[in-house]
Amino acid sequence: MKKMLAALTGIALVVSSAIVMASETTDTIKDPAVVWEHLWTEVLIDLYIMGGIFGALAIYWLFKYRAKSPDAVGEGPTLTRAQRWSWAIVPCVLFLADDLYLGAMGWSAWNVYRTVPENAMEVKVTGSMWNWEFEYEDGTTSTYDVDGDEGEKGDGLVVPVGTPVVLRMTSTDVLHSFGITKYRVKEDVMPGRITYIWFYPKEEAESFVTCVEFCGANHARMYAPVKAIPQEQYDKWLVKRAKEEAEE
Amino acid sequence: MSAQSEKINWYEWIFTTDHKRIGVMYLIGSIAAFGVAGIMAILIRIEQSSLGPTLAADGLTAGQQYNQWLYFHGAAMILAFLIPGLTGFAANYFLPLMIGAADVAFPRINALSVWLFWCGIIVALLGFVIPDGPDIMWTGYPPYSILSGGNTAFYVFTVHLLGFASILGAVNFLVTVIYMRAPGMGWNQLNLFVWSTVTAFVIQLVFVPVLAAAVTMLLFDKYLGTHFFDPSAGGDVLLYQNLFWFYSHPAVYVILLPALGILYEVVATFSKNKVFNYKVCVYGGMWGVVLISGEVWVHHLYVSGMPNWIRIGQMISTLLISLPVGLLAISLFGTLYKGAITFELPMKYAVSCLFLFLVGGLTGIPLAITALDLHLSETSFIHAHFHYIMGIFATFSVFAAVYYWFPKMTGKMYDDKWGTIGFWLNFVGVNVTFLPLFKIGVEGMPRRYWNYEMYPQFETWHFVAMLGAILVAAGMIITVLNWIMSAYKGEPASDNPWNSKSLEWTHTVSPPGPGNFLKDVVVDKDWTPYDYRK
Repeated sequence: MKKMLAALTGIALVVSSAIVMASETTDTIKDPAVVWEHLWTEVLIDLYIMGGIFGALAIYWLFKYRAKSPDAVGEGPTLTRAQRWSWAIVPCVLFLADDLYLGAMGWSAWNVYRTVPENAMEVKVTGSMWNWEFEYEDGTTSTYDVDGDEGEKGDGLVVPVGTPVVLRMTSTDVLHSFGITKYRVKEDVMPGRITYIWFYPKEEAESFVTCVEFCGANHARMYAPVKAIPQEQYDKWLVKRAKEEAEE
Repeated sequence: MSAQSEKINWYEWIFTTDHKRIGVMYLIGSIAAFGVAGIMAILIRIEQSSLGPTLAADGLTAGQQYNQWLYFHGAAMILAFLIPGLTGFAANYFLPLMIGAADVAFPRINALSVWLFWCGIIVALLGFVIPDGPDIMWTGYPPYSILSGGNTAFYVFTVHLLGFASILGAVNFLVTVIYMRAPGMGWNQLNLFVWSTVTAFVIQLVFVPVLAAAVTMLLFDKYLGTHFFDPSAGGDVLLYQNLFWFYSHPAVYVILLPALGILYEVVATFSKNKVFNYKVCVYGGMWGVVLISGEVWVHHLYVSGMPNWIRIGQMISTLLISLPVGLLAISLFGTLYKGAITFELPMKYAVSCLFLFLVGGLTGIPLAITALDLHLSETSFIHAHFHYIMGIFATFSVFAAVYYWFPKMTGKMYDDKWGTIGFWLNFVGVNVTFLPLFKIGVEGMPRRYWNYEMYPQFETWHFVAMLGAILVAAGMIITVLNWIMSAYKGEPASDNPWNSKSLEWTHTVSPPGPGNFLKDVVVDKDWTPYDYRK
């Protein structure tokens, strides 16, 4: 029985490491959004198991141990010293094992989040009450005017598909926070410091950056579109945008 | 409160040093704060229930008034309802009774603390009357709180007054428990509610001064021209956030521990059972929480731009909170095992708390993990999480406490039919309100948004949440009316209607008179408050 268990564990380890290696070789850049989804699924399973155990026990006991008569009293066990310690140590070891497992997974996911790929394109982000400004490596800027007329609102953050984007961010006035739901990233921006996040647009998509740190009356309207478009279109857009800016 | 004295002697109430009357004054004040903050909650839900301005003519007004509601709702619920409701009302009234004491150690300091508490509530309410009320959220982060046109001073002075009241209460009750236990009562014979408030007061005593310092620096920055938090003059924006959460995370346990303490009492009484694994619950669970509470605050700053190493370090310490909280949960759920369970109204609230505790506690685990938090932080998910565990769970335990001790405080019985209707409205309502917020939070709905034109797909769920909030409003009105009506016109209750073994039920009348006990309480060495088999 023990041998079989050991053999099965060995096989499981080999297979799982092969899967991990295979998934690593398909793309050299680890996408934080993918890592996030994976970790989220793992944690959800964990939650449902723990919630299920406690919830099912509570429901079962609430049903089973209803008072049989008005003057019935509980028959709860009197624990010996050894039982008391066991009921402390065993759950703690189990919780600790789970914590360390989640912690280890969380740490490696975190490393993905904080390690910017070498080929990443840099965009400077400046938050101020209440809009976002994006400055590209060649000095071209882009922004978005929430209340502007259609066609004059601006383009927001435009990025090419297939290139990781690193954002170096700051603020001119109060705290803001730069969050893009689609790419599962978020970080505060503040005056006097530069913070960073990076994300990896792998396909054409339009999403939003929203301000997620409270910043006053128009906090809820401090958003801008994030457009991931093919490289050629992006190059054209950048030239067009630079020209527009020269005219302004 | 007794039937003989229909005419209320205001002078006696205001200048009382009786811990029971002070407890009642804490209850009235905190329920008043709860009522006003609850109205804010309804307004918030209505504003969000449809896209665009719902309760204002234009967007700017909508945003401004919405922010003031958010500020008051958060500040009042936490500082003026939950903390005073649990440590002010419940501890004040029942802690001396549970340890067999005639009063607290310093009755006049106790009176001073309730006055400060009332002054704090008045200052907070004045925020609505002045033309530029605070709009800085209950967190008051600079630079916004310094640059804002809102009157930050009202926020600072509210915190000062309520904080001072808390510190006085903490010293008072710790001394009371240490020196005034009935002869023969050892540390392992205390009610778990007593232990839970002791641990909560230790946290208050250690951490409240840090909050007071932080908001005082804020006041100086805004009105006296200092630069503690101004980076352009060598200050540090993040300093405030660190100081604030260094107190305000432990403050969560100041709420959680007494709320759990109440549940141990209620669950033990209505299961007629001893609390499972008492010593581990106290020394592992409660003191474990105290020990870790001061090392986890950075999980509120996961996306604030803190150094990488501390975000990982405090991810581990935050996950480790599951150890003591797990032990507390095992003791709570384990108390049901082989019990003789009946489902009176306080027990209904307690059982619903088990569910709220599971939902709120478990949804904290993904938030503890830094990488997951980079998406979940500042969304409706986090909003729903802390409402489950801190808002609703703790509120329901206060309600369980009021119903459980209602016969003791008034000598009357509450109206069970209306109480039960109120309970179901509350319980269904909170879940209809907050379960959808988990869903749209994971999908990206940001917090503190009066409008969400970039995410129109969330409108339906916001509308559902508003319907839930209306159910809760109805339930709360019925509940509070039930208390008031029953206090005047309820059926007389016996001294120990639940057949509890705890001193406040077995050794005194309902309601207890001045001095609490007719003769001095002495307990023998194998007495415990949960000994139902004898």
